[in-house]
Amino acid sequence: MSILQTINLEQRIGNAVLLNKVNLSVARGEIFTVIGPTGAGKTTLIRLINLLERPTSGDIVFDSEKITDPSCDAVKVRRRMAMVFQKPAVFNNTVYENVAYPLKVRGTHGRTEKSDVHQLLETIGLSGYARRKARTLSGGEAQRVALARAVVVKPDLLLLDEPTANLDPENVKMIEELVMKFNRESGLTVVMSTHDMQQAQRMAGTIGVLMNGRLVQVGRPGDIFYSPDNARIAGFVGMRNLFGGYIEREEAGIALVNVDGRDIQTVSDLPVRSAVEIYVRPEDVVLAVNAPEGSARNILRCTIRSLTSSGPLCTVMLDCGFPLEALVTNQSVSEMGLRQGQEIYASFKASAVRVMPSTRR
Amino acid sequence: MQEIWQALVQAVNLIIGLDPEVIQISLRSLYVSAWSILIAALICIPIGGLIHFHDFKGKRVVINIIQTFYSLPTVVVGLLVFLFISRSGPLGGLELMFTPTAMIIGQVILILPVLTGMTIGALSGVDRSIRDTALSSGANSAQAMWAILFEAKFAVVGALILGFGRAISEVGAALMLGGNIKGYTRVLTTAISLETQRGDLVLSLALGIILIGIAMVVSITMNILLQRY
Repeated sequence: MSILQTINLEQRIGNAVLLNKVNLSVARGEIFTVIGPTGAGKTTLIRLINLLERPTSGDIVFDSEKITDPSCDAVKVRRRMAMVFQKPAVFNNTVYENVAYPLKVRGTHGRTEKSDVHQLLETIGLSGYARRKARTLSGGEAQRVALARAVVVKPDLLLLDEPTANLDPENVKMIEELVMKFNRESGLTVVMSTHDMQQAQRMAGTIGVLMNGRLVQVGRPGDIFYSPDNARIAGFVGMRNLFGGYIEREEAGIALVNVDGRDIQTVSDLPVRSAVEIYVRPEDVVLAVNAPEGSARNILRCTIRSLTSSGPLCTVMLDCGFPLEALVTNQSVSEMGLRQGQEIYASFKASAVRVMPSTRR
Repeated sequence: MQEIWQALVQAVNLIIGLDPEVIQISLRSLYVSAWSILIAALICIPIGGLIHFHDFKGKRVVINIIQTFYSLPTVVVGLLVFLFISRSGPLGGLELMFTPTAMIIGQVILILPVLTGMTIGALSGVDRSIRDTALSSGANSAQAMWAILFEAKFAVVGALILGFGRAISEVGAALMLGGNIKGYTRVLTTAISLETQRGDLVLSLALGIILIGIAMVVSITMNILLQRY
């Protein structure tokens, strides 16, 4: 059952198209994350849902009601939602007054609600801060106050616009855990935007990828990270080893892709001669000092350009006629005695190569 | 320089001795200017809000005009109001000439531009996120406007103190519209002007010191109230 739907939602300012026919559907009780680079239209989308802006065309349906109708009472709709903005915004008042503000404007600030506010302050780790001036809080604390202010009215939908964009890792973790807790404990539906892939992966039930105002892919985190629909998404979700080429020929279920004159064996049902982009996950590239044998279909002789270790892993930059990145453990680096300038074999299976239609012109 | 010292001593004596005439003049100054600022606030804050919250063609021009009238001379205001309320003027029948009411009208007109302009400035200083936060917290437009005004409270009260200062320190309109009638429309500034002409410089200075004292008390009181709310 979807609680929120956008239908051909469009927002233009002058000639600029901020959102281009966005159709999305959010199920009741889920965490829906909108990811996309800066300027993709994430903020615009969330502000439209909160009726802080009006769309150029298209509709938003919230709980079976078309809230973009001019006859729809925006205040009434907003009182069923809550929002946390990217920049922590607090009123120049006490922490308590900030959290209680939505109750006061609704005229429902009784004794029960008062104890609810104090309860919430405890949940967000700010009990004892009730009488403190909210402006004296740190960014992370202020954002937690903003989150408490959002959920104090038990909304049907919580909107979060890059809520952790400018926070330190500890506060990012706290905010994420709080949002997941509210979602888990009271079935709160959450729509959150972020440019942080890993955050989306940690939190989301469903991810929508927004690029240049278009919703280009919607799916579970695994779908998007391991089988992005096109190279632009792949590039955006931080994929390396992305190469342009074309399908030269197909034989025995193997498509040969010509990348800078070298044939790469892949599995693809795209037609011969179509321009494609292929992607190999760095962790799927196997390194060996001697020519390997076995089921690995692509064996490339290459030179090590550099080795960069971080934590237990090491990123090895290779030159095989084109640059290739491999991710191996530090342990195997020392076992094989890898060093810069060394000649080596890199191999990966045909099935490990993802082939996508090219988005380049 | 002797006069300044003597004036200080006399001012203290007048205050401690509760000189009935000085007390009366001071209270009348306070009364006239307090009413002026109150009425002006009731007009200017909503108008400032209207201008700030609505986008219309020529908004910049309107704000420029308002700011130009910051330098409205007090005697010109006095003259204009005089033309309206004098016996032959359109409001002559109300017999307002040479009354405290006439002085209040003059001072209200005098501080309208300053207070309106500074209200707009104060509201512009409030971050847009406050409006968004209020609205998405479920506030209706009046509640959101109030939230923004609350955020701008220091700047708004600053504007009120400035307006009050302009009212209590002006002499042109008070003299032309009040007439400096002893026991009725004589206020601190008109008394200072009279005593100076009479040659009693020390008394003039003493009255000036009392005027500054009143302004200081008002400003401190407002700021204490502000800290509390």
